[in-house]
Amino acid sequence: MDLSLFIKELLIARGAIWDGFLMTMAISTLAISLGSVLGLFVGLALVYAWVPVRFLVRIYVDFIRGTPVFVLVLASFYILSGIGIQLNAFQAGVLAITLFCSTHVAEMIRGALGAIHRGQVEAALAIGLTFRQTFVSVLMPQALRQILPTWVNASTEMVKASTLLSVIGVAELLLSTQQIISRNFLSLEFYFLAGFIYFLIDFSIERLGRFCERKLAYN
Amino acid sequence: MSEPLLVIENLHKSFDDLKVIEGVDLTVNQRDVISIIGSSGSGKTTILRCVNLLEEFQDGRILIDGEEIGYTVKNGKRHRLPNTVLAKHRALTGMVFQTFNLFPHLSALKNVTLGLIKVNKTSKDEAVEIARHWLDRVGLLDRQDHYPGQLSGGQQQRVAIARAIAMNPKLMLFDEVTSALDPELVNEVLSVIKDLANEGMTMLIVTHEMRFAYDVSTRVIFMNEGKIGEQGPPDKLFTNPKSNRLAEFIQNSSF
Repeated sequence: MDLSLFIKELLIARGAIWDGFLMTMAISTLAISLGSVLGLFVGLALVYAWVPVRFLVRIYVDFIRGTPVFVLVLASFYILSGIGIQLNAFQAGVLAITLFCSTHVAEMIRGALGAIHRGQVEAALAIGLTFRQTFVSVLMPQALRQILPTWVNASTEMVKASTLLSVIGVAELLLSTQQIISRNFLSLEFYFLAGFIYFLIDFSIERLGRFCERKLAYN
Repeated sequence: MSEPLLVIENLHKSFDDLKVIEGVDLTVNQRDVISIIGSSGSGKTTILRCVNLLEEFQDGRILIDGEEIGYTVKNGKRHRLPNTVLAKHRALTGMVFQTFNLFPHLSALKNVTLGLIKVNKTSKDEAVEIARHWLDRVGLLDRQDHYPGQLSGGQQQRVAIARAIAMNPKLMLFDEVTSALDPELVNEVLSVIKDLANEGMTMLIVTHEMRFAYDVSTRVIFMNEGKIGEQGPPDKLFTNPKSNRLAEFIQNSSF
């Protein structure tokens, strides 16, 4: 490995890497936040909705969760345009990962709400809280704390899933790296660099998650 | 004699085919302390849960201060009231559970203030003041910032009592509140309840602590197979049971 060559190429490619990094961050942040909000409502529907609605939502969750993200990305880019919904590659990719994220978050919410002891609701009702108040003040705070570790884990998975947008031409970190490599052929060095950046992003998310867990701990 | 605080008329409750309560009538006056005893499955706890509207019941009426709670009759048909009204009715009584059921994500203080702020619409400052008063009364003011997970069972149960009574209910319901406690923690909880009883709080207590029931109650009710088997002042009921079933129950209890 020629270090000086790598540094020279790195200086040339630094703008492209930075742009790729920003694109990866944008995709991940959007997909995780939109997916989490959507997943929250989907999860609530799985638990509380009127049975026919719950059934439809269950189909949505199982279908999306059972489909590879790669297929979702391709489908939202190629199939949606075929039925007249015009999304650019970025929008289509973010949509695919958002949907994928939402089904995972929904299952977390469903599981967490189911794990809360029945006595919690009874105690809240017994002091005269309505169900809505019980949900906001008693159930949700406990459920959100409980899903935090798995949610952090899912978030790191979404960052990794963002690499799949490279196939539909979104210049995120992986595609930027591939473009750089196609020019300078330093595949080992630049793939390693990209891998290291992905690691740093996920490691930061994981550390941030741990920090929040400590802050929110009550045992 | 003023109007009774709680009237239960002909209460019937079943879980599917299993009849749990079969025609219970009960009148509770102000300052009454009524213990309900009986073997497991005799329907003791279910009575409290019906009074607190945590259970639906198939027949009968429950009135607090003369007003029927939980149900209304429209066009000859009996309807469960909407949840917002049920919430108001539930706030008339305070319930303490066998398993404490404190909110684990809230400090002892916030466990008490939650209902005050959300249900009684007390201002935050006043809620804190009331909560601190009751935590002090149960001997836990110095633990106000502790989370339930940091408290012993007896302490948790005392916070639960403070949480219920701070809401200023007309009637307190205690559901086997010492059953989940280590033997050495039982007394700290019972003495809190005794103090409240001595101050004239009206109470319905489901308990397996016969000595406590004997000491604290103005009346004891022995439930047997979903019905009131026998009732009377504790000295009569415990020392001179009329039915064989009660005599047997008392003999088998650690009284």
